[in-house]
Amino acid sequence: MLNTNLRHLETEEEVKEVLENNENVMLCCGRMGPMCIPVYDIMEQLEDKYSHVTFRDQDFDIPAADFIKSLPECSSFMGLPFTVYFKNGKVMVATASIQTKEQITEILDKEFGKSS
Amino acid sequence: MENVVIAGSGPAGLTAAIYTARADMTPLVLEGPIPGGQLIVSNEVENYPGFTEPISGIELLEQFRKQAERFGSRFKSESVEKVKRRDDIFEVSTGSQTITTRSLIIATGAQARRLPIPTERKFYGKGVSGCATCDGAFFRDKEILVVGGGNTAMQDAVFLTRFASKVTIVHRRDYLRAAVIEIERAKKEPKIEWMIPRIVEEILGNDSVTGTILRNPQTNQEHRIQCDGIFVAIGHDPQTKIFNGLVKTDENGFIQVEAGSTRTSMPGVFACGDVRDLVYKQAVVAAGHGCMAAIDVKHYLERKG
Repeated sequence: MLNTNLRHLETEEEVKEVLENNENVMLCCGRMGPMCIPVYDIMEQLEDKYSHVTFRDQDFDIPAADFIKSLPECSSFMGLPFTVYFKNGKVMVATASIQTKEQITEILDKEFGKSS
Repeated sequence: MENVVIAGSGPAGLTAAIYTARADMTPLVLEGPIPGGQLIVSNEVENYPGFTEPISGIELLEQFRKQAERFGSRFKSESVEKVKRRDDIFEVSTGSQTITTRSLIIATGAQARRLPIPTERKFYGKGVSGCATCDGAFFRDKEILVVGGGNTAMQDAVFLTRFASKVTIVHRRDYLRAAVIEIERAKKEPKIEWMIPRIVEEILGNDSVTGTILRNPQTNQEHRIQCDGIFVAIGHDPQTKIFNGLVKTDENGFIQVEAGSTRTSMPGVFACGDVRDLVYKQAVVAAGHGCMAAIDVKHYLERKG
């Protein structure tokens, strides 16, 4: 179970619903470990600034996470968390392991446009 | 206006929080990018006094934090980005807000060192990792290297034998810095092999790691070996860049303090834990420094009135 202030995606239906109804989605799939927690924290910090992006997290160990694990873009990943950036349901970028605020904002700016 | 802001939430910062909170200074702890610092990647801590059984780094830090909260410490999951001094007041910017404080304790700890080769970045999360407890399970029945010669490298290697078919310890020197007990544990593991002295020259692979080129620094001979993963445990560097110009540091970035105290070159700013410790680098030492910093802050604020 993830102990964050982000909204969690816990079922396959929720994943589908979020990807169908939101243009820009950043989804971080991990555990409450040292490589994952900093990414959740950064997402929490950026959530208000990037109002045009939907931020969600997901527990790596629930069945609904199979969707992320089976993405071709994540097939070579061997480090938590798996973070995927979707535009209109399509994967734009996927990263493995810890990322800095600079790395994340660079992807958000490039793929979804700068914060307002 | 805060009495004291504590930057960092490892053993040093949290001990400083316990002591300053008990002294009614209601400290504000800025937890930093990784709450708990580097100790949270430790699977088992068995040398922290008071715990007869091994305890995970995360559990140990939870105890620290609860104790600090019990006395009124406050926490924010933010990092210091800049500090400015105006007269005797410090303006601490976090990116989302500016906090004014009468004193500052720097306990931002140290950051894991990375291998100085470009392909390390390319393969980070795709076979290269800095956290055995986080990523070890991805390497079930695979062959992996652990790079380093300290306690973390030995512990990681032993831990990773739970998953991997073979673990090879690679270290650049022909002697190890790790404690004898850790070395002996690693030596007893039949799955562990040793390649010492060797330097990782290159990481090989397309989408993920498939091997590495190692060099023997004594003979300069290079050879390729096959592996699926590389765990890096080659030490830490102090996280002090943002305090450059505010306090004096040495050539390696460690904050200089007055002997026998935590006072830095800037009155009102105190340093504790791995930001000032280039020798011991132990949680218990960091906790001791945190206690010293809290007492130093108390004396400083009392003198200021």
